[in-house]
Amino acid sequence: MAAAVLLGCAAIALGPAAALVLLTVAAEPLLLIVLVAGAFFWLLSLLAASLLWSVWVQLSGREDAALLPLGAAAAVLLQELCRFACFKMLKKADEGLATLSKDGRSPLSLRRVAYVSGLSFGIISGLFSITNILADSAGPGTVGIHGDSPYFFITSAFLTMALVLLHTFWGIIFFDACERRRAGGLGLVVGSHLLTSGLTFLNPWYEASLGPIFILTLCTGLWAFSTAGGSFHNVLKCLSCKGE
Amino acid sequence: MMAFMNNSDSEEEPCNERTSLMSAESPPVPSYQDGLPASEAGQAQAHRKRRAGSSRGPTTNIAGGETSGSGVAVRESILENEEEELTLKYGAKHVIMLFVPVTLCMIVVVATIKSVRFYTEKNGQLIYTPFSEDTPSVGQRLLNSVLNTIVMISVIIVMTVFLVLLYKYRCYKFIHGWLILSSLMLLFLFTYIYLGEVLKTYNVAMDYPTLFIVIWNFGAVGMICIHWKGPLQLQQAYLIMISALMALVFIKYLPEWSAWVILGAISIYDLMAVLCPKGPLRMLVETAQERNEPIFPALIYSSAMMWTVGMAKPDTAARGASQQTWDAAEDGRKQLRSPSHAESQMSETTSPVPTRPVTSLEELEEEERGVKLGLGDFIFYSVLVGKAAATASGDWNTTLACFVAILIGLCLTLLLLAVFKKALPALPISTTFGLIFYFSTDNLVRPFMDTLASHQLYI
Repeated sequence: MAAAVLLGCAAIALGPAAALVLLTVAAEPLLLIVLVAGAFFWLLSLLAASLLWSVWVQLSGREDAALLPLGAAAAVLLQELCRFACFKMLKKADEGLATLSKDGRSPLSLRRVAYVSGLSFGIISGLFSITNILADSAGPGTVGIHGDSPYFFITSAFLTMALVLLHTFWGIIFFDACERRRAGGLGLVVGSHLLTSGLTFLNPWYEASLGPIFILTLCTGLWAFSTAGGSFHNVLKCLSCKGE
Repeated sequence: MMAFMNNSDSEEEPCNERTSLMSAESPPVPSYQDGLPASEAGQAQAHRKRRAGSSRGPTTNIAGGETSGSGVAVRESILENEEEELTLKYGAKHVIMLFVPVTLCMIVVVATIKSVRFYTEKNGQLIYTPFSEDTPSVGQRLLNSVLNTIVMISVIIVMTVFLVLLYKYRCYKFIHGWLILSSLMLLFLFTYIYLGEVLKTYNVAMDYPTLFIVIWNFGAVGMICIHWKGPLQLQQAYLIMISALMALVFIKYLPEWSAWVILGAISIYDLMAVLCPKGPLRMLVETAQERNEPIFPALIYSSAMMWTVGMAKPDTAARGASQQTWDAAEDGRKQLRSPSHAESQMSETTSPVPTRPVTSLEELEEEERGVKLGLGDFIFYSVLVGKAAATASGDWNTTLACFVAILIGLCLTLLLLAVFKKALPALPISTTFGLIFYFSTDNLVRPFMDTLASHQLYI
């Protein structure tokens, strides 16, 4: 039972991310480095947010849980800030690679880098959210014995999956918005991140939190798809396997 | 077993000491030349001279694959640009070629730490850390850990200097014997203990004859692969395994605070020993460079492909050639580390010049340029992550954070290597990041994430 839950939740939470990495990133060394660099930036943002939160808790002297909404909001904003820093760094690296290459073009397209950096944020954020829970699920215990929801593991897994995908989409939209200097895109990404985080405050009322989050994931996915240049026409062309 | 372990600690130094086998293995330069067509030999020679001469110069050693073709000088200018691009292309590839073994080693160590109780139990200390940390006051504990570090680092310095002297005065047989003894211990004794503990953890019974056969085969094949010839991937696998075993021993026997202080001190020592003009490692490198010998092939993890037996060349020449083609300049890149670990240098090696038709081999030539990382770096990276896994209150986030930090440090070090093109210590940046992330994640991030997770909040 424990192993089944562990493997099942791990597959739900990290399966899509693993598949994406294996299919799109693993073959390309530069993208793997971008993956690790993105994870590093996310860790920096988390560090800053935790520092801020612990300082707040110390200063205000109030109970930890009361400051959580503030802490979560700060964490979201810092993550987006670090995403911006990641964008700047990758842009510079891209320019460097372009100048060093023979024909003046960098070996990576910025869109791919945006996708991979979003994916890296998603993976590391998902890992940080789910690994401890998975480790607990492997051991003995009864879920929700004190009156909490018995669906803790499975909903956590689904939430993590949604978050991984959301980060990927946000990465694409964010980088595109930064590239074209559109504040609207930026604002929407930050806003939807805050909204997602806020919706999780409604747990364990899962209908109110999981449902909207998945709808949000779908919409953000479609938006990212169109930002990356996709369209219904493209999908049809791809599905019909017509030559270019 | 315990007493034996403690006694055997004195042999850990030789066991950790990695020295050169080059005199035993690599034939002198002329035989390498013999095995080649004259033109290519001349090419290679000119190429080596140029490289040796410009070892500290701007031309990259990473991309130096121009072994065939017309004059070396002509190609130089054409290749500058190519080399620049090749640098980065190969740079990324090299980084991944090092990420994979480092990750594997860390995974093995973390998996063992999390499952086998033996390596997290306190069961005595090494003689290199004589001061106990079971003291009542915090100040006393801190003092003891600093003293432990001083003892350990002094032992390391003494051993390194001893090794440099041995090398300088050409006591190759001594070094050779020392190295064989240490590998024997790692491959047989430590593996036996590890296997015993794993079997105990999973409550699997194994009879002595089976155990004997398994350990014998594992150890014998390991000795052959590491010290003589073997498929590259098998050799890499063995090097990863012995690094993991060594790291596990350190994790078990180093007391907590001492371990962290030692990690910090070792990275500073590494920095100084490699970069200071009078540093022992640097002197070792320069001596090896003067003698035109490759150093310590058995103590470095090499990601380059070696020629297999099936190639046109005879085995000894192939093996010798593959070592011989490490430039004098590049050989100098590999440095012996302090006693407790092997090289901390990274360098590039070129593969041997082929005797077969040039075209197919040119591509192979490019593929086989590899990067080397000392086994000591593997060991200390794994010690850091393993200690994080062992002592971070059952928290996986700390382990993950340290893992990412080390990988990023490795990436940055390789970037610096591509920029400076000389031997660099691989420990300082990774260890600094790792330590920063360990302490900050354990003390700041963990409470935050725990509070969030208990309310099922996601950020």
